[in-house]
Amino acid sequence: MSTNAPPLDNLDAYDDLDDAPPTSSGNRRHRLLVVAVQIGLFVVIFGGWELCTRLGILDVFFFGSPSGILTQLWTWATRGTDAGPLAQQIGVTLWEAVLGFLIGVALGVLCGIALGRVRFLAEVFAPYIKAINAVPRIVLGSVFAVLFGLGLQSKVALAVVLVFFLVFFNAFQGAREVDRNLVANARILGASHAQVIAHVVLPSALTWIIASLHSAFGFALIGAIVGEFLGSTKGLGLLVTQSQGNFNIDGVFAAMTIMAVVALLAEASISMLERRLLAWRPPQLSGMDSTT
Amino acid sequence: MSNTIELRSVTKRFRTPEGGYYTALRDLNLTVAPGEFCAVVGPTGCGKSTTLTLVSGLEAATRGEVLVDGQPVRGISEGIGFVFQTDAVLPWKTVLANVAAGPLFRGVPRRDAIAQARDWLRRVGLSGFENHHPHQLSGGMRKRVALAQSLINEPRILLMDEPFSALDVQTRSIMSDELLGLWELTRPSVVFVTHDLEEAIALADKVVVLTAGPATVKAVFPVDLPRPRAVQEIRFDPRFVQLYQRIWESLRDEVQIAYARAATAA
Repeated sequence: MSTNAPPLDNLDAYDDLDDAPPTSSGNRRHRLLVVAVQIGLFVVIFGGWELCTRLGILDVFFFGSPSGILTQLWTWATRGTDAGPLAQQIGVTLWEAVLGFLIGVALGVLCGIALGRVRFLAEVFAPYIKAINAVPRIVLGSVFAVLFGLGLQSKVALAVVLVFFLVFFNAFQGAREVDRNLVANARILGASHAQVIAHVVLPSALTWIIASLHSAFGFALIGAIVGEFLGSTKGLGLLVTQSQGNFNIDGVFAAMTIMAVVALLAEASISMLERRLLAWRPPQLSGMDSTT
Repeated sequence: MSNTIELRSVTKRFRTPEGGYYTALRDLNLTVAPGEFCAVVGPTGCGKSTTLTLVSGLEAATRGEVLVDGQPVRGISEGIGFVFQTDAVLPWKTVLANVAAGPLFRGVPRRDAIAQARDWLRRVGLSGFENHHPHQLSGGMRKRVALAQSLINEPRILLMDEPFSALDVQTRSIMSDELLGLWELTRPSVVFVTHDLEEAIALADKVVVLTAGPATVKAVFPVDLPRPRAVQEIRFDPRFVQLYQRIWESLRDEVQIAYARAATAA
């Protein structure tokens, strides 16, 4: 598992260029061109897909079609899914992912800071954490399904495990890279150990922690959905397995589309949180370059 | 009256990553009287800064005694201010929050702490910058924040580790003047570490010359220039030039030894 932000986040860095004074009309024209090409690409890909299935070049049975996916989404939205209303399925998966995300982040930050600041703890736990991190953790989904049954808990547990390690390694690194002068300064100013953690270590590590949150929510969603694959009575993962069982490829794509929208919305809110929490940084650093 | 700071034959060894020992200070004796401004000069890397970390309690001496107000130093000493060479203001706090941090850490009620912080920001000439973050300020302004941050605790001892070395020459002499003005307000004992002899003489009541590492005191020179001083002009004073020549003679040999060592090591 990489502790770096996903490379896609770097794409946002180009937004800074657009934020430059919008006085030059060349700049605006450039932006229009980008949007036009983006729309063009969308039309070519999905239009081409639709066309190929209509013309029989692609077999609808295996490849589905954009119109089929839209119809499927419409049917789910208006008449509900086999497992109940669509909103309920989204809600269940989202709830599992959010719970797993929150618990995983809290545990990851707590353990990361503790091990990052207390050398003895780090030395004791290092081999264990390396060993557990080496295990493909998706496999734990089976353990949790047996342990916690088909309900909420097994999905949340899997999401927690996936999120935890990602956040843990970032928080650990962040806590270790705190400027020693800042800590010394705070202690001389009169800060207790707890105040040093709250006012120096945590804000300093926050740059690292927030960088990990972008990928962490994606991992929480994966945990929830894989948990649902392994056995469930509700959720987007169940919609996928049901559609797969019925050879309804449009259903699989429709569920995928919903997941993508959920993930993008979560990503947007994390970016908002990042801008608020890291407002103190010089503007040229507010991209993701601080993690490299 | 007893000395505010007293180092009695202090030795400090550090463990090197290779498993050996590095002796930074050897049998160093130093006293600073209440309200005295003491400048410590010495060749680069001789262990000047180590004296400050020992007095502050950030590090413990390997041998010898470090006394503050006649009491041996154990852990972070009370009543101490420390201005670091590099920026040590908290970048995620505003200027106001940075200056108010000391009182808040010490349990002063929020309103009082903020009021005190505003007062100190006015004294260092940063009124109007309360809500700026450190990265929005110039290097000199950040130093003023650091000064206000330390002085708000009204320390009896102010330790300064080459505080102005990162500033350009003009800003530096302005800051030196302002430092003297602020020092007059509360009159703490100051230990000011620098490699700039001119700066040392212009500011201090006495200049302590350290030997090339392991450092020990080579000579102590009282500076009897009258106060208040104007740092920019005092260097043309004949008495200043005389002092400079005398102290430089003492310092020169150590600088050459340190330089020769660095050259052979490279």
